[in-house]
Amino acid sequence: MKTREMICIGCPLGCNLTVKIDGENVEVSGNTCNNGVVYANNEIKNPTRIVTSTVKVLDGDIERVSCKTETAIPKGKIFDCMAEIRKKKVNAPVRIGDVLISDVAGTGINVIATKNIEKEG
Amino acid sequence: MKYDVVIIGGGPAGLSAALAVRKEGIDSILIIERDDKLGGILNQCIHNGFGLHTFKEELTGPEYACRYIEKVLEEKIEYKLNCMVIGISDDRKVTYVSKEDGLCTVEAKAVILAMGCRERPRGALNIAGFRPAGIYSAGTAQRLMNIEGYKVGNEVVILGSGDIGLIMARRMTLEGAKVKCVAEVMPYSGGLKRNIVQCLNDYDIPLFLSHTVIDIKGKERVESVVIAQVDENRKPIPGTEKEYKCDTLLLSVGLLPENELSKLANVELSRVTNGPVVSDSFETNVEGIFACGNVLHVHDLVDYVSSEADLAGTYAAKYVKNQKGDREYLDVEARDGVRYTVPQKIDVKNMEDRIIVRFRVSNEFRGKSIVVEADGKEIRRVKKRVLAPGEMEQLFLNKAELEGVKKLCVCLKESV
Repeated sequence: MKTREMICIGCPLGCNLTVKIDGENVEVSGNTCNNGVVYANNEIKNPTRIVTSTVKVLDGDIERVSCKTETAIPKGKIFDCMAEIRKKKVNAPVRIGDVLISDVAGTGINVIATKNIEKEG
Repeated sequence: MKYDVVIIGGGPAGLSAALAVRKEGIDSILIIERDDKLGGILNQCIHNGFGLHTFKEELTGPEYACRYIEKVLEEKIEYKLNCMVIGISDDRKVTYVSKEDGLCTVEAKAVILAMGCRERPRGALNIAGFRPAGIYSAGTAQRLMNIEGYKVGNEVVILGSGDIGLIMARRMTLEGAKVKCVAEVMPYSGGLKRNIVQCLNDYDIPLFLSHTVIDIKGKERVESVVIAQVDENRKPIPGTEKEYKCDTLLLSVGLLPENELSKLANVELSRVTNGPVVSDSFETNVEGIFACGNVLHVHDLVDYVSSEADLAGTYAAKYVKNQKGDREYLDVEARDGVRYTVPQKIDVKNMEDRIIVRFRVSNEFRGKSIVVEADGKEIRRVKKRVLAPGEMEQLFLNKAELEGVKKLCVCLKESV
């Protein structure tokens, strides 16, 4: 059995949770409401995050286009995702929603542009 | 040139205000922006979490800005980029300079101040040491990294746990930098809980509360910083010093509304918010000059900036259309844990049936209630499990309960 401390981010109260993990069994204490239990279960069983960063643009009016994973990816894949983003270069113009990297780090999720970039000049 | 409404600043506040003015049927609008793009600070806030209230979805800063920019373009609202406003007079003449127009003055029936805020600089902190390269305000580092594409630093210490500092801790970690720690002089963080968890805890970055930087070493470039614990008077405690080797120090130590222009127009400023004192119609003490967004008081959510600016724009448009009579104000007193309120005064006779009052508390409180008293009588009591300075609060007041009231106050009391 393992024990983990975490802060629930379900509301501004920010309860300090103590989570006892015994295989599939997750026991939460320190929570004020049921949101704490849901949050802790997600964080233990399948923690995911949306990753935001920037990609190098060639001939753009600015140097970088901001981007995000279209949906949340597994937390453990964040740095693999970043390695692909760092290698990527795109040509201007870029539109919001354009797919910059498809299936990033084998997650099945695309990295898309979050800013419009015009061609320089 | 003459306009009905001139808006200073093309960030989230200015854009939302402009759209509200147009919605009231006013055609003659000008937005003046000093940057080469509309959108303001949102353009560099590439993280997500914007728009949950406004659009019921989670957007990044540039996406949120784009929704407003597209509407402004659709409405064909006139705007000028690369224009720096250098003066506003109390009779609403706005003077700006730009490469294209040179020195220009425009006249407005109403002016909306939407200049936003800027970061507190190192000079405001009195940290000892040399002035080497490698010391940035968190927002400057954010711009260098997210728009101009620089790496900024490899080994980083962050002073201050404001949201921009926390966001930059994660951002720099993702770009391969090592963030050694975040030091916060207060016993609590100034940032949102969600940012503590997702920007620091996710990457095992330690947060030292009640700690500050007491020395910066290095002559050409930062080589290390010394951090010490502070006592309840925020004085460093001898013997608690720890030295961290680093090449970069980020400062995330607060934001200041940018009101140099407001002062030129004789706008009265609050000593608590550093922004204009406004009425329920977001009008300052100078007739026809309105204020909204971070120039009025620093917000933590852009959604609230947009909704506040929408109101300010609506009121400014109504003022231009002459729908407002004589003003008579009831002051809103903030005390006992409530630092300030916006608005600071209410024109009860002309007010809407229901208005929003936004405010911040002065400390972390548990088990307190927000109480509104009118002439000593409790007219509102809202129980709160937790209140924190980093989270802006709001409550609604009705015209019916304010009529005839001489003294109004918002305060905190023990919950019963």
